[in-house]
Amino acid sequence: MAEGRKAGRALPIAVGAGTIVAVMLGLEGLLRVGLINRFIVPPPSEVLLSFGRIIDEEDVLARTWETAFEVLVSGFFTILIGVPIGAALYRWRTLRAAIEDWVAAAAAAPLVLAFPLFLVMFGRSATTVIVMSAITGLAPMILKTTEGFAGTRQVLINVGKSLKMSDRQMFWKILLPSALPLIFTGVRLSWTFVLISVVGIEFLINLGGLGQLINDLAERYDLPGTYAAIGFVVMVSVIFFVALERLESWLQPAR
Amino acid sequence: MAATGKIGDRPLTATTSWGAKGRVSIRATHAIRIGFVVAAATIWESVSRSGLLLHDVVPSLLAIFAAIGRLLINPAFYANLEVTAWEVAASLAIGGAAGVVVGIALGANRFLSRAYEPYVYYLAPTPRIIFFPVMIMWFGVGVASKIALGALSCFFTVALSTAAGMRGIDPVLIRVGRSFRATTWQMALKIYLPAMRAPVLNGVRLGFGTAVITALLAETRLSNHGLGSMVMQIYSHFDIPSLYGLLIVVFVLAGLGNVLLGKVTGDRG
Repeated sequence: MAEGRKAGRALPIAVGAGTIVAVMLGLEGLLRVGLINRFIVPPPSEVLLSFGRIIDEEDVLARTWETAFEVLVSGFFTILIGVPIGAALYRWRTLRAAIEDWVAAAAAAPLVLAFPLFLVMFGRSATTVIVMSAITGLAPMILKTTEGFAGTRQVLINVGKSLKMSDRQMFWKILLPSALPLIFTGVRLSWTFVLISVVGIEFLINLGGLGQLINDLAERYDLPGTYAAIGFVVMVSVIFFVALERLESWLQPAR
Repeated sequence: MAATGKIGDRPLTATTSWGAKGRVSIRATHAIRIGFVVAAATIWESVSRSGLLLHDVVPSLLAIFAAIGRLLINPAFYANLEVTAWEVAASLAIGGAAGVVVGIALGANRFLSRAYEPYVYYLAPTPRIIFFPVMIMWFGVGVASKIALGALSCFFTVALSTAAGMRGIDPVLIRVGRSFRATTWQMALKIYLPAMRAPVLNGVRLGFGTAVITALLAETRLSNHGLGSMVMQIYSHFDIPSLYGLLIVVFVLAGLGNVLLGKVTGDRG
């Protein structure tokens, strides 16, 4: 029974992976017979071979570390700034009513378009990437933290009050543990925003890690290398996203 | 700072004010908002006049407002706005339509969902701007590459939202349709589409945001037209008050677009 269920799950996964392989093989065939211009789309076989080349020649591991460092620093700042602001918005409800909509609007604003301003302020440096990415990731962190605190069950707050807990005790013993699941959801959302922003800004200002790699290869018109680099960045993004999801579910097993 | 609470019927008093209940004063809310704006403006103007930072980096608010005024009477602004609006609208139409079709297929069929939805789900949060070099090779340096990139950006959001909406349809509604022997078209028009309206519109709203950002960023990278290109032109002249002015106007326009779509979602959802 369990084996049948396993097989039932494996079939669609195999079909999904098989479709991708089939598309790649089809593309390879069309390129070889000349139906698609190989100066626009490189053969998938060349792209696959380029992975090894860009890892060797373009110092991909150092670039990945550079991007990872910027993501970690920006992400750390989103937590450091976002969680206290989120807690303050829960603590002072009038403040929340006044500015929560502004925070939500900031989350949807095309802030990354302001990169020329940040270049003027911080120069063409990693600081620009980190500051802009931290700002980009701040709104979801604040909103989810506030939502987490606001979702604390009233009965828990009443227990704290009945025990005559102080503000500090109430925060550390009741509110924070209760809000943690949604705070971690905020971390996942915020860090995803941060990764997108870091790679995007690196690409736009041609500086630093993986974003710059794609830019460099595209400007050299190294088509297989460009496609391989894009594939590598997509792969890193997916691994990062999956890792955040796993971390989130590991930290909140009850949900 | 004492607050009251209840366990069962027993009223409590405590030394904490966390979790306090009661109505929020609208007057106090407005006062805080005005206070924030006034404080921000005062700090900005003080820093600008103090010379603590380069005057070019923090220009006077008067200079920024004057730049906004000049921008709004500049015909080039409206020409660029038209190009960006066209790119965003086309992106939303193409990416949104493709997203709805794929979302319906994924939401309606469990096998297709298991086979292909993980790819859509995990590709959705990747940085789309990195596909711009590919789009340039495929569609050229003109408007088409920006539209293609914008469409790619909003496709994922709309597809995932539509698939979730499709799965969230109340099974009772579907059974009612079948018990009336509704045809496939009748099921689609009378049951599925009305039930999915809210998630689809929400997806379109989110897709709008990503399409705007992607189209503007693509314009900053390689274009002679559009608001993104205008940002880079102003930056190359180091006209910082105009840069602030244009960014403020773009943020306001993007916000208005979002609010407008939000109203549609809210009213009909």
